[in-house]
Amino acid sequence: MNKVRALIVDDSSVMRKIVERSIRQAGIDLAEVREAANGAEGLGALQDSGVDLILCDINMPVMDGLEFLRQLQTVEHAKGVPVVMITTEGSESHVVQALSIGARGYIRKPFTPEQVKEHVVPLLENKK
Amino acid sequence: MKTANEITQPNGIPENWQPFLELAAREVFEIMLGCKLETQDPVSPATAEITAMVGLAGQLCGLLTLRCSSQSAALMASKMLGVSVSQADEQMWDAMGEIANMIAGNFKNKLTGMADRCMLSVPTVITGSDYSCRSMADTGPLEVTMLFEGAPVTVAVEIHT
Repeated sequence: MNKVRALIVDDSSVMRKIVERSIRQAGIDLAEVREAANGAEGLGALQDSGVDLILCDINMPVMDGLEFLRQLQTVEHAKGVPVVMITTEGSESHVVQALSIGARGYIRKPFTPEQVKEHVVPLLENKK
Repeated sequence: MKTANEITQPNGIPENWQPFLELAAREVFEIMLGCKLETQDPVSPATAEITAMVGLAGQLCGLLTLRCSSQSAALMASKMLGVSVSQADEQMWDAMGEIANMIAGNFKNKLTGMADRCMLSVPTVITGSDYSCRSMADTGPLEVTMLFEGAPVTVAVEIHT
């Protein structure tokens, strides 16, 4: 697997670090990690260049993860980039909504590195 | 004398929710911190030097709180991040908020039909013990105190019915 550029969107800096660590523990070689504290910052982080993977929380101030997903559809650099939601919001309606507007995976907090591997690695392999 | 798992005031809250609250907290600590929460009788509620609060809205409406000493909060951040306590000190508020958020989400997801009918607020974390909190809840708190690395941690839920 090639080196991966990832964008992690979560309002908790602790959670962003845990997600990054879990990606590395999944055996994914990270070339670059961009961090954003909400959806608006996430969109800003994609303005100049794209990434290979986006992991995004739902419940965030300023712009939540579902609105981020909606607006992501219009971002040129984000076309075809897999987005995996990582969130405490475990309801079926949130899962269905997120998947219907472009998310490719859904991980509920609390999560293990194995769950990240299980959801993320196939998406990156399919992208090759 | 109260036991470690005693529901302080079950008025208005189904009694069978207590195991769900306890399990929700245990899972978060085991999965995200790699630590088991221990029960021991009797355990007094934790000193509230740091309190993380997450609002519940919708069919389940109220407030979940997680409280502990600042030493325990720093240790939680250290365990979550896999760094020393001194390195994690600055992150303890963020870590407490996330832990409370995950316990709240895990708890409501365990209650049949509630995952879709209850939303969580972003967490708020306060420092200090000299405060009073009015959540507008009309039930007594469902409260669980367990030991984290030998020190008490209290998780409580108050519901507006």
